[in-house]
Amino acid sequence: MFFQRPFYFPNAGSRNVFSELERMRQDMGRLMEGFGSEIFSQPSAGVFPLVNLTEDTNGYFVRAELPGLKADELNITATGNTLSISGERKISIEGKDIRYHRREREAGSFSRIISLPGDVDANKVDAKLTDGILTVYIPKAETAKPKQITVK
Amino acid sequence: MTDTIGKELQARQKTEVNAPAEQTTQGVIFVPAVDIFESEKDITLLADLPGVKSKDLKIDLRDNILTLSAEVAPFEEADEKDLFVEYEIGNYYRQFTLSELINQEKIDARLQDGVLRLILPKSDKAVPKKIAVKVA
Repeated sequence: MFFQRPFYFPNAGSRNVFSELERMRQDMGRLMEGFGSEIFSQPSAGVFPLVNLTEDTNGYFVRAELPGLKADELNITATGNTLSISGERKISIEGKDIRYHRREREAGSFSRIISLPGDVDANKVDAKLTDGILTVYIPKAETAKPKQITVK
Repeated sequence: MTDTIGKELQARQKTEVNAPAEQTTQGVIFVPAVDIFESEKDITLLADLPGVKSKDLKIDLRDNILTLSAEVAPFEEADEKDLFVEYEIGNYYRQFTLSELINQEKIDARLQDGVLRLILPKSDKAVPKKIAVKVA
């Protein structure tokens, strides 16, 4: 009982505490998996710009938020099954006699390579920049397109 | 000219609004990044609102509270399947309290390439006047 342990060491039960924590962590991990990767999506690359990749039967769509960029400030190339997006976001100096209250928008250069799941037709890539959203459409190579097979 | 030569942009998740009241509409709401600066004559606000069309942007100024709210229409087509999602799409909302008097009639707002430029001219009362000190 209590008097049998005159000095109370808070660490005495630490092994139990940690194993309990570990069990909770594993439970949380299982819970997260259950929700699917979409909701808890972390930046898989952590490289600017963050992109969303979608596909339809004919091609891939890569979308990125690039507010304030002009089309000629972007450099997009496609080779094999990779797409590379690079450029520089510029924020102009607004004048001499101004005082900033807030400065949250960031400028800087960026460069990113995205691996696409299948082979693409690099000659037919189409890129659009509207309202600060870049949409790159990359048609799949003929070999990568799903073929409908009719059963006779 | 920019003051950020050689700097690399870092990937960043958008910040969600900590709304005091629950929203009636579904979906996430983000806080847009802004630059606010003032000169002697006006206050300028620049806000990053990627994906917002000018018809979906609401700017409201009353009782010195400036409210920006913008809706983003989904731009994916129906037959697209997600392969990976690194950023979420949602509406934007942000409020500011202005300490200066604003000449409401001369407010100018432009939305270009997903960036809002809002110019709020100070009212005549708020423009600082130089006070000459006379030598007695």
